[in-house]
Amino acid sequence: MNHETESMNQGRRDFLGAAAGVSAAAVAPGMFLHTPVANAAARTEPVTDMHRWGLLVDTSKCADGCTACVDACDTENGLNLQSKPLGDDKLKWQNQRSTWIRKVKLQDNLTGNVTNLPLMCQHCEHPPCVDVCPTGASFKRADGIVMVDRHTCIGCRYCMMACPYKARSFIHEQVDQKLTRAPRGKGCVESCTFCVHRLDSGDISTACADACSAEGHQALVFGDLKDPTGPLRQALAKAPSRQIRQDLGLNTGVRYTGL
Amino acid sequence: MATVMMKGVLLASLVATFGMGVVAQAEEVGDYVLPSSKAASLENCVEPTEYMRRNHFELIRHQRDQTVYGGIRGSDHGISGCVSCHVGYDDKGAPVEIDGKGQFCQSCHEYAAVELNCFDCHATVPTGEAWNHEVAAAHAHLPGAAKTGPTSAER
Amino acid sequence: MKRIVYREWLVQPQRYWGLLAILAALVAVGGLSALYMEHEGHWVTGMTNSVVWGTPHVFAVFLIIAASGALNVASIGTVFDKKAYKPLARLSGLLAVALLIGGLLVLVLDLGRPDRLLVAMTTYNFSSIFAWNIFLYSGFAAIVIGYLWTMAERKGNHLQKPVGTFAFLWRLALTTGTGSIFGFLVGREAYDAAILAPMFVVMSFAYGLAVYMLVLFYTFDADGRPIGPAMLKRLRNLLGLFVAAILYFTLVYHLTKLYGAKHSDIEAFILINGGLYSAMFWVGWILIGGLLPLGIIYHPELNQQRDWITTACALVIVGGFAAMYVIIVGSQAYPQEMFPGHNVIQFGAPGDVGGRIAPYSPSLPEILLGIGGVGIALLITAVGVRVLQFLPESLADRDVDPHASARPAA
Ligand code: SF4
Ligand code: SF4
Repeated sequence: MNHETESMNQGRRDFLGAAAGVSAAAVAPGMFLHTPVANAAARTEPVTDMHRWGLLVDTSKCADGCTACVDACDTENGLNLQSKPLGDDKLKWQNQRSTWIRKVKLQDNLTGNVTNLPLMCQHCEHPPCVDVCPTGASFKRADGIVMVDRHTCIGCRYCMMACPYKARSFIHEQVDQKLTRAPRGKGCVESCTFCVHRLDSGDISTACADACSAEGHQALVFGDLKDPTGPLRQALAKAPSRQIRQDLGLNTGVRYTGL
Repeated sequence: MATVMMKGVLLASLVATFGMGVVAQAEEVGDYVLPSSKAASLENCVEPTEYMRRNHFELIRHQRDQTVYGGIRGSDHGISGCVSCHVGYDDKGAPVEIDGKGQFCQSCHEYAAVELNCFDCHATVPTGEAWNHEVAAAHAHLPGAAKTGPTSAER
Repeated sequence: MKRIVYREWLVQPQRYWGLLAILAALVAVGGLSALYMEHEGHWVTGMTNSVVWGTPHVFAVFLIIAASGALNVASIGTVFDKKAYKPLARLSGLLAVALLIGGLLVLVLDLGRPDRLLVAMTTYNFSSIFAWNIFLYSGFAAIVIGYLWTMAERKGNHLQKPVGTFAFLWRLALTTGTGSIFGFLVGREAYDAAILAPMFVVMSFAYGLAVYMLVLFYTFDADGRPIGPAMLKRLRNLLGLFVAAILYFTLVYHLTKLYGAKHSDIEAFILINGGLYSAMFWVGWILIGGLLPLGIIYHPELNQQRDWITTACALVIVGGFAAMYVIIVGSQAYPQEMFPGHNVIQFGAPGDVGGRIAPYSPSLPEILLGIGGVGIALLITAVGVRVLQFLPESLADRDVDPHASARPAA
């Protein structure tokens, strides 16, 4: 299955540069330019590397104490259906239940400034989780979304060791209730999928970004990193952004401003 | 594999021991479609019934890779289609888990003594399914802009 | 030189069957624990999304590297042509296979989906060290079995040297591979060091030899076979050398880490303020697994006594487990450094740890699973030496190398 994850590497480019409009040439052919799908339709052709999905987090807009994105993710993907197994410790369970997105609060050691941000799978272009997975269950889709093929995951958890962002969760308990759009079961690893079921139905949105907007914070912009006129690239062009653990050179699909 | 074979042997010996009674039941193979399911009102499955009986897993498995790697959902060979069409309903009109005793998938798999583990992960009743293209169309909005209205209604 | 005679283990039946019963019980309990973990899911263990590899991995990694180390004794005989080690070779091969099987079983039974083992064996991702290790492990078992054959079968004798050399190189690759499982994790500060792989090799030498010596002493005592003082001295000194090497590599490892300033926090954690982990490092890894055994081995009186040497071996093994615990669990408990210059005030729900030390306490099933793996390894060894000719009749000095004292002159 690896060939499918290969294609993105060819289109590899520093996309901070892209955000500044430097690599316009790479995106120049008109066929790459596209408008958001207006008449949403389920896809019939396999995904391609014409898109690379990404997310921009404006930490200055992310509100203290707000968990709208987390809650939305939980409902969207059936994570709210998890329940603590009888007899498990309460705190331990919070570290055992699946969490695809979490609110993180930071304080600058020097200035004391407090920053809030949501942290989820960063959909790395060079994902360490994919490199280490022995069976190839961790993979990167042609459109840049990093996922786990739950049919081949053996639950070795090596990908969790490898991920620098603690983005992945292991399903520690039997799953009784699950949603049709988000299958999940005991013994496999899972993480944020950028609401892939929405994208595949032609709807360019994620539950977290929707929820954040609905709350009026507008801290999350989801979109296509390869679409220079799209909302994501526009937002990226407006302010300098960076990756968490930029030093690792993973070229993440999730970027942060004000960090 | 071993357990499957063992179950097969057991079944064969059962057939031998109980003679006609069991054989009579065996003749009814395939009649596991529940009257309360949507499938009961349809002429055929997504492919001819005889073909589906033997090859449904091939179709599902092929579609599985299409969906996982290619993002092609909503094909009628996907497992969610199986569930939504074949799930039975109780008196109150509530769907019954399809891998439950006597339900469509479970009863045939039990008869054929083939392990059924799709539902370790997949939903056994149609739930939260409705993120299909219709919902998506209704939900269509300018990307990044605020979306109004609760999405829970759509689920 | 006298021909070495190998003979099945002739311990009294009651004692033998008693031993087998105990080992079988350990294995059964380990198996039941695995079933329980499998049925309930991993929430019954102490493992969480922060500490994803727990006690089973401590046991598994220890057993696997000890396996490759146990083969060393044979390699010294065959590859480096040390005659005195030749009679020790068969047991060395057997022990290597047994320990490897024990370790692998623990590793596999701790998977989230052990039922998908077939998937793991048929779909490979060749950029994964883990996938390579599957090859390295199964290849190791096959080669060692072939190696044993060349030792036991006259027809195969001439192949012994090439096969033995190959096995030796393979075991180096295997341990390096095991070390690399950790060494390549860029997102985890503690592991991000090239020296981890050679350190694993040195550790495997020591742990493998310690296990080997314990098994040798026990089996020889049980049916009254002699071990000569020169042989004892040889093994003892070898162990001392390896233990000293571990200490040396540990020192280098931490110095390189301290030198790179960005690692100093994790260093402080392991060395000073890590509570249990610091204690395990100093008391377990360094004192019990290093200084004490060295003290015994180089003590002019204690090192003459078999009991003390046995104690030294046991201490090395205890220290080995402590070292594995620090390396595997301690490094995961330490938070991943994501936001330099910032203090993480909150990270998800209160128990959802990030930015601070993750709690981990092993649960009973995990420990029993690990012990079950040790049980399997010893069970295989016990059965092996009983039914096949693995043990030499005598390791008395005159039987092993009668010309040892005369050689320098010759
Ligand atoms: S953030 Fe973690 S899980 Fe997501 S792609 Fe990167 S390494 Fe993989
Ligand atoms: S847990 Fe699953 S996805 Fe992660 S590395 Fe192992 S097999 Fe791959």
